Amino acid sequence: MKPFLPFESRLVPMPNNNIDTDQIIPARFLKTTSKEGLDKQLFADWRQDPDFILNTPRGQNAQILLAGDNFGCGSSREHAPWALTQFGFRAVISTSFADIFKGNALKNSLLPIVVSHEIHTKLFALPEDAKVKVDLASQTLTLPDGERVEFPVDQFMKTCLLEGVDELGWILKQEPAIAAFEKTRVGSINTTI
Amino acid sequence: MSGNLTLSQKVWNAHIVHEEQGAPSLIYIDLHLVHEVTSPQAFQGLRDRGLKVRRPDLTIATTDHSIPTTDRSLPIIDPIAANQVAQLEKNCRDLGITHYGVHSSHQGIVHVIGPELGLTQPGMTVVCGDSHTATHGAVGALAFGIGTSEVENVLATQCLLQRPSKTFRVQVNGALKTGVTAKDIILALIAQIGIGGGTGCVLEYAGPAIRALDMEGRMTVCNMSIEAGARAGMIAPDDTTFQYLHGRHFAPKGADWDAAVTRWRKLPTDDGAKFDREVIINGDALEPMITWGTNPGMGVSINKPIPEPASVSDPLERESLTKALAYMGLEAGKPLAGHAVNVVFIGSCTNSRISDLRSAAEILKGRKVNPNVRVMVVPGSMEVKRQAEAEGLPEIFRAAGCDWREPGCSMCIAMNGDQLQPGQYSVSTSNRNFEGRQGKGGRTFLASPLTAAASAITGVVTDVRSLL
Ligand code: SF4
Repeated sequence: MKPFLPFESRLVPMPNNNIDTDQIIPARFLKTTSKEGLDKQLFADWRQDPDFILNTPRGQNAQILLAGDNFGCGSSREHAPWALTQFGFRAVISTSFADIFKGNALKNSLLPIVVSHEIHTKLFALPEDAKVKVDLASQTLTLPDGERVEFPVDQFMKTCLLEGVDELGWILKQEPAIAAFEKTRVGSINTTI
Repeated sequence: MSGNLTLSQKVWNAHIVHEEQGAPSLIYIDLHLVHEVTSPQAFQGLRDRGLKVRRPDLTIATTDHSIPTTDRSLPIIDPIAANQVAQLEKNCRDLGITHYGVHSSHQGIVHVIGPELGLTQPGMTVVCGDSHTATHGAVGALAFGIGTSEVENVLATQCLLQRPSKTFRVQVNGALKTGVTAKDIILALIAQIGIGGGTGCVLEYAGPAIRALDMEGRMTVCNMSIEAGARAGMIAPDDTTFQYLHGRHFAPKGADWDAAVTRWRKLPTDDGAKFDREVIINGDALEPMITWGTNPGMGVSINKPIPEPASVSDPLERESLTKALAYMGLEAGKPLAGHAVNVVFIGSCTNSRISDLRSAAEILKGRKVNPNVRVMVVPGSMEVKRQAEAEGLPEIFRAAGCDWREPGCSMCIAMNGDQLQPGQYSVSTSNRNFEGRQGKGGRTFLASPLTAAASAITGVVTDVRSLL
């Protein structure tokens, strides 16, 4: 993973609440055994509509998706953040995210940014070419009028993103604690018999 | 956390491996369920790092999502699905993981075979790269869905980094009326709290109407916890749980069984334990539920009108309802009962267990499916299929005009060719009615097996009580 650096981008608005992972990437594309090539399948069904935002100039070369409440609900498919990042998104702004999606996004350098309803409405009202700055280190969005909006991030995940490291390396270092825990476990199953 | 604890807090506390300032808790996982769709990239990641599977003995795999539900002696025609299935076979063989593959007598939907084989037990932590892992909470396990990166973490270390969830008790009082089922409890809850209503929480279902459910009904309830956005759903183990588990393949035996039951009896939430949130549902007042929209929270009692978008004040929410009605081709203000149906799907990890098939068969016995309706009955596992055959259920289904198929996820997720055609309406016993979930352009009404069977006979959305 590359370190997550500050950036500035236009917004791609999708004013739908509850955008679920079956819309982000429909299940028929989950037969792949690779993480690659999923950008073409991002919002595949909605993209059949020529007026859908990703088919318009506004949907191109922008790195921030601005979505309605409860983005990413539904399945645990990590294909959803893979498809979003391969398309070029680096952040999604919403008023809330589904838990599994949020965890999956953070593990793939896609920043889920939670804002208040008030800021959410203000962002949707921005002109098409307005740019917003995202700075993870200071946990702030900077709006075109200079307003700075703080957003919450899990501090552990923030460090992972800023340093470009993943969780597994950290967990592997806890080997002594894991081995000690295993000695005290009772009532284990054994699936291999 | 000490003193008066909830069920989920007790299980959580017993699995903390390591905690340090500034990091989430490191939690040990007692059982890792693996399937073909969310695992290939995790196995590849493991290989790229030169890591092994730490605990193959706590890991089990099955193939369920992308396989056909037709004759198993034939090869899988879709080359991409065939490759995915072959990859899981190979990964499991190479890494020493037991795999109940397409030809295994234990094969089935991952959330059906876990409890059925006695793999999932009270007090365990259970994960799977699948959001309906909450199903296993029905036995009193803390069970949740994870993404592929986390699948890799668990394969490598048997541990996960997690923050504790909030606790949320769903108290269901009273007793269910005839024709009202576990599915109706959970659809009513989601309609009430919304599909994000449980975000960040572990739901604990309690109260007399939950206690009165058999284990399979409890699984149906816990299964759809994720549709309320919850991390997990749990039910405290009791004698119903122990009777269900006793004698199952992986359940403890002899003195180990007695010791296990003694441990499990300590799991229920302590008197006086505090929940972060609580809702009470009056079980006496519940009616058969059905969804009309494009998420599982868009549900109503079967004879109640579809809500008017104009009655909602939030503009984005109003817009969502309007879009859902347009996609579904429905009018607000009218009940769904009486609406024509093209397909009925009885299956999925929500409602494909033997009791679900028995209740559908009871309605279908001696009756004929409406000629305009295609009905698919897909058992959840080979074990369910064998039991159904022993009871003569396939004959009842076939005589009525239903298609009796091989076990798998099938039209719940429509990855395997079992799917709706654009514009078709289904009454489905599965758990998701998202746009295109059961096939591109398909339109899903979620309901119980009783409602599904009744609608199959009449050809329109039907209150089963009119046939009882
Ligand atoms: S039956 Fe449906 S919800 Fe259940 S595991 Fe399979 S695809 Fe997922």
